[in-house]
Amino acid sequence: MSKKLLRRGGLLAATLAAGIFSGAQAADPIKIGSFLSVTGPASFLGDPELKTLRMYVDKINEEGGVLGRPLELVHYDDEGNASNARNYASRLVRADRVDIIVGGSTTGATMAAVPLIEQSRTPFISLAGAVVITDPVKPWVFKTPQSDRLAAERVMQDMQERGITKIGLISGTGGFGRSGREQTQQVAEAMGIQILEDVTYSPSDTDMTAQLTRIRNNQDIEAVFNFGFGQSPAIVTRNFAQLGIDRPFYQSHGVASNSFLDLAGSAAEGLRLPASPILVPDSLADDDPQKTIVQAYVDAYEARWNESVSTFGGYAYDGLMLAVAAIEEAGSTDREAVRQALENIQGHVGVTGIFNMSPNDHNGLAADSFRILEVVDGGWKLIE
Amino acid sequence: MLKSLTQHRLSGLALLAIIILLVPAFLNNPFQYDMATLVLIYATTVVGLNLLVGYAGQISLGHAGFFGMGAYFSAVMTSRFDWSPVPTLILGAALVGLVAYIVGRPILRLKGYYLGMATLAMGFIIYITLNNEGWLTGGPDGMPVPGLSIFGWELSTFNTYSFLGMEISGSLAWYWLMGVMLILGVWIAQNLIDSPIGRALRSVHGSEVAASVVGVDTPKFKNLVFVVSAIYASLMGSLYAHFQGFITPESAGFMESIIFVTMVVLGGMGSTLGVIFGAALLTLLPQLLADFHDYEMMMFGLILMLTMIFMPKGLLPTTQAFIRKKLHKKAEDKA
Amino acid sequence: MFSEFLQYLFTGITIGATYALIALGFTLIYNASHVINFAQGEFLMIGGMATVSLIGLGFPLPVAMVGAILLAALMGIALQRFAIAPAKQADPVTLIIITIGAAIFIRGIAQLVWGRGYHSMPNFSGDVPVRIGGAVVNTQTFWVVGIAAVLVAGLVFFFTKTMIGKAILATSMNKVAARLVGIKTDMVLMLAFLLSAVLGSIAGIIVAPITFTSYDIGIMLGLKGFVAAALGGLGSGMGAIVGGLTLGIVEAMTAGYISSDYKDAAAFGVIILVLFFMPRGLMGARVVERV
Repeated sequence: MSKKLLRRGGLLAATLAAGIFSGAQAADPIKIGSFLSVTGPASFLGDPELKTLRMYVDKINEEGGVLGRPLELVHYDDEGNASNARNYASRLVRADRVDIIVGGSTTGATMAAVPLIEQSRTPFISLAGAVVITDPVKPWVFKTPQSDRLAAERVMQDMQERGITKIGLISGTGGFGRSGREQTQQVAEAMGIQILEDVTYSPSDTDMTAQLTRIRNNQDIEAVFNFGFGQSPAIVTRNFAQLGIDRPFYQSHGVASNSFLDLAGSAAEGLRLPASPILVPDSLADDDPQKTIVQAYVDAYEARWNESVSTFGGYAYDGLMLAVAAIEEAGSTDREAVRQALENIQGHVGVTGIFNMSPNDHNGLAADSFRILEVVDGGWKLIE
Repeated sequence: MLKSLTQHRLSGLALLAIIILLVPAFLNNPFQYDMATLVLIYATTVVGLNLLVGYAGQISLGHAGFFGMGAYFSAVMTSRFDWSPVPTLILGAALVGLVAYIVGRPILRLKGYYLGMATLAMGFIIYITLNNEGWLTGGPDGMPVPGLSIFGWELSTFNTYSFLGMEISGSLAWYWLMGVMLILGVWIAQNLIDSPIGRALRSVHGSEVAASVVGVDTPKFKNLVFVVSAIYASLMGSLYAHFQGFITPESAGFMESIIFVTMVVLGGMGSTLGVIFGAALLTLLPQLLADFHDYEMMMFGLILMLTMIFMPKGLLPTTQAFIRKKLHKKAEDKA
Repeated sequence: MFSEFLQYLFTGITIGATYALIALGFTLIYNASHVINFAQGEFLMIGGMATVSLIGLGFPLPVAMVGAILLAALMGIALQRFAIAPAKQADPVTLIIITIGAAIFIRGIAQLVWGRGYHSMPNFSGDVPVRIGGAVVNTQTFWVVGIAAVLVAGLVFFFTKTMIGKAILATSMNKVAARLVGIKTDMVLMLAFLLSAVLGSIAGIIVAPITFTSYDIGIMLGLKGFVAAALGGLGSGMGAIVGGLTLGIVEAMTAGYISSDYKDAAAFGVIILVLFFMPRGLMGARVVERV
C-alpha cells in the first residue's frame, strides 16, 4: 500500500517537475503572460479577468490568431499576494519567456512585479487602478482601468453640480481604499470641497456602524463618499441605510458590478458611482462609439459564463485588445516595437473608454470615460 | 563523545555545502535561480526560528514581524535616506534584536498557546503599523527597494559580473551570496546548539522547572534565543527586500508567520537540515502546484495535512528514522 | 453623546457575541483534547455558505439551516477522526499545522463547489432597524445575541446536568481516570468536535445576514475567535464569553472614539497587556504547571 502510494507520489513529482521545467520551447505561438488574483480577497477582480482572457484568447485563435500565429495564454494565480505576483512575474519573463504580460489585478501585485518587469524589458499592461502605476510614467508599464484620481474627480464634479461642498469620507485600509483616500483628499482640496469627517475600515471588518455614526452625527456633512472594494462597501451601504443617514451617498468604481447590487440589496437605492458603460449597455446612445463593442462584450461574456458582467472583466478585455492591436501594429513580437506601438495607440475604442496613449500617458483615458450611474429600482441608471 | 559530535556537525555542514554547490547544475533558467535564492533566504530565516521553536520549545506565531521590520528598515533607509545597504541591514538587525530583547522579557514568561497568542499579537501590531503609516512605508501597496550594492556594485539579477576571471550572472551571484549566508547561519546555529548555552536550551524544551532546579537561568536563555532568531529574521528580511526589489506589509503578515512555523514543523523541529528541507518544500510547492489552478489550494492543504499526520516529527527526522530502521533490519538479517 | 456610546456598544456586542461563540468552539475542543483548532473558522464558513446554497436550491430557511448544521457536524467528526485522531502523539505545534492544513483543504473545496463570490442572506425578521435611546439596532442583532445566549444556557445545562456532558468534563480534567471509570474517551473527543462544529456553524449562519458570507470568511473570524478564547483564558467557558464580548466592544469603541486605522491593533494591544498581568487570560485556571 505504502509502496504504491510512494510510487504514485514519485510519478506525480516527475510530472510536476516536467511541467515546471518545460518552460521555453521554440515559440511559434504568441505568448500572453498573466498573473491575476483569481483567489484570495481580490478574487472578484481576478476571476472575471481570467474568464475574459480565456474566452477572448480562444475566440481570437478560432478567427486565425494574430499575425497568423495563435495566442497562448500562460497564467498564474497570485492569490492577491504581492510577493507571489512578483515570483510569477519572474516565472513569466524568465522561464515562460512570454511576449507581453496582461495582468496584475491589484495595485500591490502590479507594483511588486514592476521593478522586475521593467528590468526584463517586457511590455506590461496592468489591470489595476492606482495612479502610481503610470504616474510617473514607466517605459514598459501601461494600464487599462481609469486611475482612482479620475474617479475622485468625476465624483466631486457631480457633487459640485448638485451644490455639495462639505462631505464625509469613509475608505478601506486596503491598497485600493488607501490610495483612493489620498487622491480624494488632494482632489477635494483642489476643487474646494471640504472633508469634515475622514474615517476608515479594514477590509475584514464586518460592521461599519461605529465609523458611520461619526459621520451621521456631524450635521454639516452634505454627502458621503465611500472609497473601497470587495464586500466591505456593500456592508457600508447597508449600515448607511440602517442608520438612516438621509444624505446623498457615493461609491467608487471599485464596486461597479451587479454582484454589489445583489449584496447591498435595497440599501443601495439612490446611491451614485462612477463607472464604465459596461453596466448600462442599453442606455448608451446609438451613436455612442462604445455602444457596439460594449454590447458585444456583455453578450459574449454572459452567454459563455452564465453570470453577469463586471467592469473588472472589461479591464482584461481592453488589456488583451490593446496588446493585440500593438502586436499587429508592430508587425512582430519584438518587444521594443510592441512597446512603441502601445505608446502610440490613438482612438482605440475599448469597453472601459477610448484610449489615447502617449509617451507621457500610459493610461490614455480621460475623466469623461467615467459615467455617473445611479441605482434606481435595483438597477443601474445612466445620469446624463 | 565530544569528538564524534563535532565530526557530526562538520559533516552536516559539508553535506549542506555540497548540496548548495551542486544545485546550480540542475537549474537551467534565471527563474529557477530566483526560486533557489528564495529557498536559501527562507531557509536561513527558519534555521534561526528553529532555535526558538525546535530547541527552546517556544511557539512563535509572529516571527514574520521581525522579518518585515528588517525588510522595511532597509527599504526605507536606503530608498528615502540614501543609506548604504550593507551597513543599513546590519544596523537594522541590531535594532530588531533590541526590540526583540525588550519585547521578549515580558512575553517569554508566557507558556504554550499563550506565548503563541502574544507573538501573534505582536506580529499583527507590526503588520498593522506598516500598513497604516503610508507616508513612510507606502502603505498596503508596498514600496520599491533599491538593489543591493556592495562596494559600489549593484547586485542585480539582470546583470553579469566578472569574478576571478569568470563571467557570472547576477542570478548566480545572488544564489552564491545567499548560499554563503545559509552556511554561515547554520554554522552559527550549530555552535550555539553545542555550546553550554545550547545544552541549557535543550533542557528548557525538556522541562523548564527541572532546568531551573539545576541552576539554568531559563528566562535569560529563552530571551537570548528569541533575540538571535529575530536577528536572523531581520537580516534575511533586509536581503529579501533587496532581492525582490519591492516589499509589501504582507511579508510581515500573519500568513507569513504561519508559513515560517510550518517550514520548521514540516521539515522537522530541532533538525537543522530538516528545516532547510521544509523551507525548500514550502517555497517550491506553490510553484509546482500552480498548474493545477482551481485545485491548487485544496491540494496544498491536503499535502500539508497528510504530511503532518503521517510524519508528525517532520519529513527529515521521519525519513532518517525509517532508513535507520531499514539498515538495522538488514544488519539483523545478515547476522 | 450617550446615543453615540450606545451605538458603539450595540455594534460591539453584536460582533462580540459572534466572537464568543467561536471562542466557545475553541474552548470545547481545547478542553477535550488540548488542541487549538485553527479550522474552527471553517465551520462558520460551512454554516453560512451551505445555508445560502441550500436556499438557492429552493429550500426554506429553517431547512437550509438544519442542513448546513448537519454538514458542519459531519465535517467536525471527520476532522477529528481522520486528521486529529491519527496524530495522537504529535506535538501541539504539529497539531496546529494539521488543523491549518485542514482549514486550507476545506476552503479549497468550498471554493470549488461554491465559487469565490460573496453571498448575502436575508435577515431572519425584517430589514427595518429598531431605535433604542437614539441608537439604531439591526433586528438581526437580537437574533445573534439571543441565539448566543440560548446556546450558552444550553451548554451550561449540558455540562452540569447530563451524563455525557459530565463525561466530557471528566475527560478534560483527567483522561486516564475518566477511562478508568468507564468513559469512552474516543467518543468524548468526537462529541467535542461535533459540538464545536455545530456551535461554529450556527455562529456562521446567524452573522451571515450582517457580514455576508464567502468561502474565505472563516480565516479572519476564526482568528478573532482564537484571540477571544486566549483573552478570556483557554479552557474556560465563561472566559470565552467574556473574552469575545470584550474584544468586540474594544474594537467598536476604538473605531468610534479613536481611529478605525488602529482598531485591530488596539485589540491586540489589549491582549498583550492582559497576558502581561494575567498570563492565563482573564478567567483562565490558576493551575500550577506539572513537572
